Amino acid sequence: MQQANLAPPGAPEPWRDPEAAPYVRILGVTKRFGATVAVDDVSLDIYRGELFALLGGSGSGKTTLLRMLAGFERPDAGRILLDGQDVADVPPYARPVNMMFQSYALFPHMTVAQNVAFGLRMEGMAKAEIAERVGAMLELVRLGGMEKRRPHELSGGQRQRVALARSLVKRPKLLLLDEPLGALDKNLREQTQFELVNIQEKTGITFVMVTHDQEEAMTMATRIAVMHHGYLAQVGTPAEVYEYPQTRLVAEFLGTANVFEGIVREAGAAGALVEATALDAQFQSDTDPPKPVGARVFIAVRPEKMRVRRAADDERAGTNRLVGAVRDIAYYGDFFMFVVDLPEGGTVRVSQPNQARITELPITWGDRVVVEWPPLATVVLPE
Amino acid sequence: MRWRAPSSRALVLALPFLWLGLFFLAPFLIVAKIAVSEAALGIPPYAPVARWTDQGALALVLNLENFTLLIEDSFYLDAYLRSVRVAGISALICLLLGYPMAYAIARAPEARRNVLLLLVILPFWTSFLLRIMAWIGLLADNGVINNILLALGIVSEPVRLLYTDAALYLGIVYCYLPFMVLPLYANLVKLDPVLLEAASDLGARPWRAFLAVTLPLSLPGILAGTMLVFIPAVGEFVIPELLGGPDAQLIGRVLWTEFFTNRDWPMASALAVVLLLLLVLPIAWFQHLQGRATEGR
Amino acid sequence: MSRRLGRIWIALGVGYAFLYIPIALLVVLSFNDSRLVTIWTGFSFRWYVALWRNDALVNAAVLSIRIAAVAATGATVLGMAAGFALARFGAFRGRGLFGAMVAAPLVMPEVITGLSLLLLFVALAESVGWPGERGLTTVTIAHTTFATAYVAVVVQSRLSDFDRSLEEAALDLGARPWQVFALITLPLIAPALAAGWLLAFTLSLDDLVIASFTSGPGASTLPMVVFSALKLGLTPELFALATVIIVVVSAGLLLALRLGRVASARAGG
Repeated sequence: MQQANLAPPGAPEPWRDPEAAPYVRILGVTKRFGATVAVDDVSLDIYRGELFALLGGSGSGKTTLLRMLAGFERPDAGRILLDGQDVADVPPYARPVNMMFQSYALFPHMTVAQNVAFGLRMEGMAKAEIAERVGAMLELVRLGGMEKRRPHELSGGQRQRVALARSLVKRPKLLLLDEPLGALDKNLREQTQFELVNIQEKTGITFVMVTHDQEEAMTMATRIAVMHHGYLAQVGTPAEVYEYPQTRLVAEFLGTANVFEGIVREAGAAGALVEATALDAQFQSDTDPPKPVGARVFIAVRPEKMRVRRAADDERAGTNRLVGAVRDIAYYGDFFMFVVDLPEGGTVRVSQPNQARITELPITWGDRVVVEWPPLATVVLPE
Repeated sequence: MRWRAPSSRALVLALPFLWLGLFFLAPFLIVAKIAVSEAALGIPPYAPVARWTDQGALALVLNLENFTLLIEDSFYLDAYLRSVRVAGISALICLLLGYPMAYAIARAPEARRNVLLLLVILPFWTSFLLRIMAWIGLLADNGVINNILLALGIVSEPVRLLYTDAALYLGIVYCYLPFMVLPLYANLVKLDPVLLEAASDLGARPWRAFLAVTLPLSLPGILAGTMLVFIPAVGEFVIPELLGGPDAQLIGRVLWTEFFTNRDWPMASALAVVLLLLLVLPIAWFQHLQGRATEGR
Repeated sequence: MSRRLGRIWIALGVGYAFLYIPIALLVVLSFNDSRLVTIWTGFSFRWYVALWRNDALVNAAVLSIRIAAVAATGATVLGMAAGFALARFGAFRGRGLFGAMVAAPLVMPEVITGLSLLLLFVALAESVGWPGERGLTTVTIAHTTFATAYVAVVVQSRLSDFDRSLEEAALDLGARPWQVFALITLPLIAPALAAGWLLAFTLSLDDLVIASFTSGPGASTLPMVVFSALKLGLTPELFALATVIIVVVSAGLLLALRLGRVASARAGG
């Protein structure tokens, strides 16, 4: 696997350490609902202290996997080990795992304090200790003074924090978060992302989070598992899955990617040369391709790693260079997205940071342009 | 719930299942049995269907006379037809009166809806018989309406209002109106007003928008309400007895008379069996609607 | 649009007038001094006194209330179980039959229900010797049976919009299934249970036909007594009785509404 590392120096990366023992082991887990396979033979190791994200669209099986960790669903096949213990037959109320629900599931007939205290009451903890723990937890999530409120008297952000406090107060071995920011509006979501990460670091509890929002997964998670139709498409750090997608699906699910078809002509540790099948062009990469010479592959190039400029009159397509006509320019404020029609058919998307005023943009609709990129931007994917 | 022990689940199901099986389902079988037995003088006033013959063999005596009588005697056939007609017309009047009410309540400001709805239900919580009595007080020859008409000199002698078909319909509509309004309201309140705005935006005048959007979407409510009025009204006894004329021989009343006055239990049972057969389709339909409504939620 | 809505409001007004004029009439005429109920001669409370002294009516009312209280309680227990089974148990064997048994009493003509229950009681008495005589017990059983359907519908509809994740959250926080039921489910459906109980109570109190079939000599419920009185003609005591019932029901409903509002505010709307 290629190295990509945005973590601060010295941050633990136990998944790179062959000696490290996984905290949660999901071994060949399958779950069917009638004829549909919701989770298909998934194996996954999660390490202590991680903030692990299960990322996927609806129907990808991410929520079912989370619910199996919580104990609400029982795997049809496979095992789930938590800290070495097989939890398959452990009912949810006996698992050292707590969950923050997407709807928060705050008990409407209880106050904030009663909601947070519920789990401790179920343990039979002494009242004084419960009060102390609840107080400390409400301080942690900045809800001091709200003890007597009822859920319907709180804002969306406050409810989210009550739900977090309630699921953290039992100090679970594993905290599951189902779309933790899904119900919040955009501004609040960004602020809450940082808060969640801070709380996770402060408490040291292992988080497993389900989300359909790739940005959320990228900014918060130590590692991401991309799920699709019940199977794991790729597991890795945010940078790994973004920069080195292993399949076309992952490349297109995370961010935007231009994908071309081609045949490997040269391959080696220094890089690969791929000849496009539908275009009069070649692609050069700086990494070893996943397939040998002669194999059909996909080429993925991200729009922000390409450059666009007006073409000289006689300029033609070549290696990592395409020529076409600008069909559309989308203005996003912080960047432009050019949609370039290729003469052979198909389009390329290129983005460019907005460093000039839109009126001074040197390229306009209909212009003949060159789109080019360096070898490091070329990703070769198996077909 | 996944981890609930199956035994508690079975108990929760078994309790109402057995109760309803014993006290709701089983009685119908007994009705069917007695419908084919002969009337007899005695307590209970019917002869057993299965009896031991003198030779010690078990003999089944099926008496279909009750059913042939039902078909041959036009009195019974007329009673069935009249019941269906009265129930049908009453359901229609309830619909015509109840639909605008339900619509208005559903369109009222949200804060006021519950009060308006409560006002529709409230009479239903007070005694049914005593509300019928109020209509007797209104409609009787010396009742309030006639007193007013006489006092105003509009009529010179009391008009016959009570014990007429009009009084019968009035009573049924009055008593069953909430059963029409409630399902209609439940349906209409879910209707998104934006749909009507969209229809209007696309050029439909209010009346067309109503016919093209509101009415088709409220069809489940109309059906549920109609069933809730029609089915019980077919077997209604009290209202025809107290408000209807002597010729308002609806099937519920005939059954009552056969049972209590003539003490002909087998005949009453046969009437009940036929009435039930008559209503099996609408009841099954109602149950289907009921199931769909709760699953759709 | 507003003109159309105006017409709609008129329709609503006419509907309410239709519903309430007879009720207003009951109240007004109950204070009429005349024995001829519908001819006003003067204001009087005398018929309330007469009502109070009318042992037949008072005894029947007491009997009816006893039956209604027991039947409503039984129907609430059975209806809650039935509502749970229908809302929560998914597809189980016999679900179709069970659903039919729960829904059918809602529309079943009373004469059929009444007749069939009576014949059951007679058949049971013949074969197993129980019930020895018909009366309080048999009427209560009959009322419990048909009121169960109403409670089941109320409970089922409450459970079908119940957020299941609340129960999962409690389970996740360490509550055992019975604790989940006692601490989360039951408090949250309590208003529906109360409404179901009240509905069952009222239905039982109001029933004439089923009670007439299933009761025996010496056990006449209030509607049975009222009905036989009505067959003979209007009496002023009955108007007084109607007024008492209207006042009690209105007061009860207002109280229930207020309690319900408090409860739903506590439960978060």
